[in-house]
Amino acid sequence: MAVLSVEGLTTNYKTLRGWVRAAEDISFEVEEGEAMGLAGESGCGKSTVALSLLKILPPGGKIRKGKIILSGQDLVPLSEKEMRQVRWKGISIVFQGAMNALNPVFKVGDQIAEAIKTHEPKVANSDVKERVAKLLETVGIEPSRANNYPHEFSGGMRQRALIAMALAADPTLVVADEPGTALDVIVQAQILRLLRDLKDKLGLSMILISHDLSIIAETCEKVAIMYAGRIVEYGTAVTIFKDPKHPYTQGLIKAFPSIKGEKVRLTSIPGSPPDLLNPPAGCRFHPRCPYVMDVCKRVEPILEEHGDKGHTVSCHLYH
Amino acid sequence: MSSEVPPVDQNISTTESIPQMGADEVLRVENIRKWYPLRRGFVETLFSKNEMNVKAVDLVSFSLKKGEIFALAGESGSGKTTLGKVLLRLVDPTSGSIFFHGKDITKLSQRELKPLRREMQIIFQDPFESLNPRMIIKEIVAEPLRVQKIAKSEEEVEERVKQVLTEVEIVPPEEFLYRFPHELSGGQRQRVAVARAFILNPSFVVADEPVSMLDVSIRAEVVNLMIDMVKKHSASIIFISHDLALAKHIADRVAVMYLGKVMELSTSDKVVDGPLHPYTQALIAAVPVPDPESKRTKDVISGEIPSPVDPPSGCRFRTRCPYAHERCSTEEPPLIEAEKDHFVACHLYT
Repeated sequence: MAVLSVEGLTTNYKTLRGWVRAAEDISFEVEEGEAMGLAGESGCGKSTVALSLLKILPPGGKIRKGKIILSGQDLVPLSEKEMRQVRWKGISIVFQGAMNALNPVFKVGDQIAEAIKTHEPKVANSDVKERVAKLLETVGIEPSRANNYPHEFSGGMRQRALIAMALAADPTLVVADEPGTALDVIVQAQILRLLRDLKDKLGLSMILISHDLSIIAETCEKVAIMYAGRIVEYGTAVTIFKDPKHPYTQGLIKAFPSIKGEKVRLTSIPGSPPDLLNPPAGCRFHPRCPYVMDVCKRVEPILEEHGDKGHTVSCHLYH
Repeated sequence: MSSEVPPVDQNISTTESIPQMGADEVLRVENIRKWYPLRRGFVETLFSKNEMNVKAVDLVSFSLKKGEIFALAGESGSGKTTLGKVLLRLVDPTSGSIFFHGKDITKLSQRELKPLRREMQIIFQDPFESLNPRMIIKEIVAEPLRVQKIAKSEEEVEERVKQVLTEVEIVPPEEFLYRFPHELSGGQRQRVAVARAFILNPSFVVADEPVSMLDVSIRAEVVNLMIDMVKKHSASIIFISHDLALAKHIADRVAVMYLGKVMELSTSDKVVDGPLHPYTQALIAAVPVPDPESKRTKDVISGEIPSPVDPPSGCRFRTRCPYAHERCSTEEPPLIEAEKDHFVACHLYT
């Protein structure tokens, strides 16, 4: 059974110039113990989806349509007070660690303890301490470092501490938003390895958000590719990487220089992502698409199954 | 670890690692060192004898040939950006020499440097910060011309700006001349930065992570544009990047830096496909591969880059190196030619 199923989620931001259509008609499912990758360039709406799941959108952001069903319960109609019970315990989030996700004036251990105490107010302080120590050990930090402040941690350790925090209340689903992105390659590889190990060991269900397709390829079983606020292709990682159907996915995969293989001239997708205040009519990718047809400029393609079972593409080439 | 300034002739054998100065050599640096003194409190100064320094670049030597694309790779904190700035004399080196077209420019004053600046340019990482938001594109691109007093008339300025904008595919240039940077996309902005760097037809350009702030789908075209500009103007470029995969595809040669030192230097194929230094090997192993079926069992080295204030004794990488042995902690490995044209600083090869 799916742990999380998102159906037709539409999140927009209200601005003076109108609604920014950041995420439209997003649907996907995450099975128990599965990692789903949400990939796309900056501004494609992937972080908006993450923030919508926890309902922690910035001012102006609003879920206008759709359902977010976590273990059978729809989160969209829940009040703020009810959402507090869901956050950390139902869905937890790992923020980008190198930035300002930790509070600089509290000890790291206390910040992790807060997540536990919010959900289990009756737990004795000594038990909380023990659990924090265990969590830190799980993510590869010496438990005695719980008494340190964030500035005493290196970038990699901060990211690890944020992972420990996300695991503190034993959540049903973990959302990782660009984990390790601001860190160096080696440290980033350490963090991804930790996430993979945790997933295997604890059977975590996970949504991994990244602009880097290779990170998703290495970590996830399922992938959703987003472009300009919509999912354009969705399927298992193997089908998407071996047999990408959407011209955007194909272009994106080719745009990554590979460390293996021959030296080649890099290719890119001409143009740049559209303004979401006023996205192009029809298919949102049509101004940059090499296979553009007349119909693409008028009719918005829908996400339909094509080829392998469960592999859906929204492109007129296949319909 | 002593913090006193060691004698300059320490370990690196420049004669070995660098071929003789050729006519086609644009730039050559010898034993460059950039140490930033650490500011300390008054009491600390009284009670500790040793001065503390951030050793951002420590004894680096190499040369750059005409028309060459040379990549400086390494993690953040490895000193690659500092080195790039030293090469342009935007930052003065603590010791060592810089030869530009055979001329020693290490000690030149800024006034004496100004005519040479025509020949050397820089492209910064972030096109959102490197372009003045209050200036129009025409003025941004024309500024080098005005500073160097090259164009004779206003018509010539405009003509040259249009020409270089066309070269970087900001077309039609007339439409962009009077726009401000905020009206341009990230890719267009970086193209404007490239245009500004090439308007004086320089022979040497430093590009500091020029595409890391751009979206993946547009990175390649900016990179390709830079390669084309370098070729067209027969310039040489130092391409600073943390991305070895990118370095492999665009660079002729790559130098891998760690804590201010060059650990490995060779052609990009040799460095990426047959790395000799354990650090380079670790860097390459850490790069994720876009293949869901590739094995995920590869080992990742532990730890993070140590502080450049007090780098490990001997080989700087030994604290993270899987092959570290006793000698590595006592003796600093020199950069030697382990294979033809393949230089490495590691005791495994000495």
